[in-house]
Amino acid sequence: AKSRTGFGARLNRFLANFRHVDEDFFDDLEDMLIESDVGYDMAMKLSDELREEVKLENAKSKQEVSNVIIEKMVDLYDAAGKDEKADLNMAATGPTVIMFVGVNGAGKTTTIGKMAALFKKQGKKVLLAAADTFRAGATEQLDVWAKRDGVDIVTGPENGDPAAVVFDAVQKAKKEDYDILFVDTAGRLQNKVNLMKELAKMKRILTREIPDAPHEVLLVLDATTGQNALNQAKLFKQSTDVTGIVLTKLDGTARGGIVLAIRNELHLPVKYVGLGEHVDDLQKFDASDFVYGLFKGLVDVD
Amino acid sequence: MAFEGLTERLQKAMEKLRRKPKVTEADLRETMREIRLALLEADVNFAVVKDFVKKVREQAAGTEVLKGLNPAQQIVKIVNDQLTELMGEEAVPLNKAAHIPTVIMMVGLQGAGKTTTAGKLALRLKNENHARPLFIAADVYRPAAIPQLQQVAAQIDVPVFEKGTDEDPVEIVRQGMEVAKQNHNDYVIIDTAGRLQIDEQLMDELANIKELVHPDEILLVIDAMTGQNAVNTAQGFDDKLDITGVVLTKLDGDTRGGAAMSIRAVTGKPIKFVGEGEKMEDLDVFHPDRMASRILGMGDMMTLIEKA
Ligand SMILES: Nc1nc2c(ncn2[C@@H]2O[C@H](COP(=O)(O)OP(=O)(O)OP(=O)(O)O)[C@@H](O)[C@H]2O)c(=O)[nH]1
Ligand SMILES: Nc1nc2c(ncn2[C@@H]2O[C@H](COP(=O)(O)OP(=O)(O)OP(=O)(O)O)[C@@H](O)[C@H]2O)c(=O)[nH]1
Ligand SMILES: [Mg+2]
Ligand SMILES: [Mg+2]
Repeated sequence: AKSRTGFGARLNRFLANFRHVDEDFFDDLEDMLIESDVGYDMAMKLSDELREEVKLENAKSKQEVSNVIIEKMVDLYDAAGKDEKADLNMAATGPTVIMFVGVNGAGKTTTIGKMAALFKKQGKKVLLAAADTFRAGATEQLDVWAKRDGVDIVTGPENGDPAAVVFDAVQKAKKEDYDILFVDTAGRLQNKVNLMKELAKMKRILTREIPDAPHEVLLVLDATTGQNALNQAKLFKQSTDVTGIVLTKLDGTARGGIVLAIRNELHLPVKYVGLGEHVDDLQKFDASDFVYGLFKGLVDVD
Repeated sequence: MAFEGLTERLQKAMEKLRRKPKVTEADLRETMREIRLALLEADVNFAVVKDFVKKVREQAAGTEVLKGLNPAQQIVKIVNDQLTELMGEEAVPLNKAAHIPTVIMMVGLQGAGKTTTAGKLALRLKNENHARPLFIAADVYRPAAIPQLQQVAAQIDVPVFEKGTDEDPVEIVRQGMEVAKQNHNDYVIIDTAGRLQIDEQLMDELANIKELVHPDEILLVIDAMTGQNAVNTAQGFDDKLDITGVVLTKLDGDTRGGAAMSIRAVTGKPIKFVGEGEKMEDLDVFHPDRMASRILGMGDMMTLIEKA
């Protein structure tokens, strides 16, 4: 009995109260958008654009207002998503290396556990690198996943150098012909300069050993995060050239709106979403399905 | 990213207000909009913002301008006072049982920081009260939750009661309490698994633990980066468990932490501690005034008032 109210339902509720366009209308619109976590800047942008339409007399009735909102959102979403690849970038030959980064507790280790199972099922030879040597029990946690998934793992000593684990793992992946290597890193807040440098160092080691690697740097974002998600995306992108997002814990919120904000402001595609703690609670992200889902339930529109 | 604090926002709005002897209706409207936007930008829940702005507006419209303050300064002062009041009293201490052991139960969403905070609290109790705490490892779900707690505990030299992952958490807690009584531990800290407030089965499990041991503290651990959802989480846990306090974690980041205001507003429960890092020492008591300034994005409220 998970109760969730989607964006469509919120927009419907908002429109049901619609009388005419005045200042309160814009306040309420902004509230509705922010409630959906589309992000502050997105909410302001949408509301400003709607103000323009109203000035041009293009949106006066409920139906017109509704159409403009949806149109603008789809536009923003499409414009932001141009040229992006939803699939994971795989190596042409040799091991594909996927590095996971993100703040503390976002779901990096769990996502690796789920994704490794996915690739294993496809018959791939999978290796995990436990390069979080810092957090208590982090290596043990990844090891539980490795055993569950039936895949191999490279670990290092507690509080050891994470870069050394990365090096050992990439060597092993090359030598023993693994198809895919997942690198788990310790959670870190994006404003910790030294920790961000450490991450960049791990990435450089991968590139030194395999020139195309890492083939993906996935930023794991907790879907319940607010505005800080944008700071995270921005600063992790700066230090490690993030190539895509995994949005976790979407089972806890219907506010996937942050996807819009991230695409719009940072041009990072969401590649997977996490929907729970179990191994199969990982789904590929389909952008058009998502947009469709957002507006699903808008029965009295169109 | 344009991450304007209220300082910048209000300064702009105040350019216009400055030197005016009286705030007009239109001035007030614009200023309220700036306050509203600043709070929304800081992740305060929209419904909480709405209430808050209404209150500030009523006060601003109703009060006589204080001697020595211009209208803009007056509004800033009202905002600051209201927000600090809403954030609660300074440093509410941990509850203590009349007879040992005092039982503290950590609850919250996945990855919020429960296990880490359990360790930090135990260290604090040891340092300040010469306490002899015992941890009970009641998270049987997260992979390697027990080794994590054991490693945390080893760092601060606190014993852990655990029964592996095949036992029911309520039964583990029951047995752990017996051990605490035998060993005369003065504090028991129960580490529970992360869960969603909408997960009825797992929420029932917490309610059952509560019923069994009647904890003196049920601390809801919340990530300070949480967005609009913070109200749902806080409300969900409070409705089910009647929490006694909140710990706000990961405040060492660059989040504005508006979740703090949302949580206070919907539960009325005190924020007792804040987490400011991953190390065991990184726990501080909660300071409402600092939190208010942080949410508003104001370095120093008094400087602003002087400048206005
Ligand atoms: N409900 C839900 N929980 C999740 C999801 N993904 C991860 N979790 C839980 O979130 C918590 C943290 O996940 P981890 O995988 O340890 O996160 P991490 O980013 O590796 O954390 P650190 O290494 O400590 O930074 C665990 O309790 C996971 O079971 C998800 O999609 N949904
Ligand atoms: N930077 C920072 N990290 C923190 C803080 N508190 C906890 N963490 C980190 O956040 C992550 C999650 O912490 P845990 O203590 O495992 O969280 P939990 O709530 O027990 O997680 P589950 O048991 O999976 O639900 C870890 O990487 C911690 O080191 C804090 O105040 N600051
Ligand atoms: Mg991890
Ligand atoms: Mg835990």
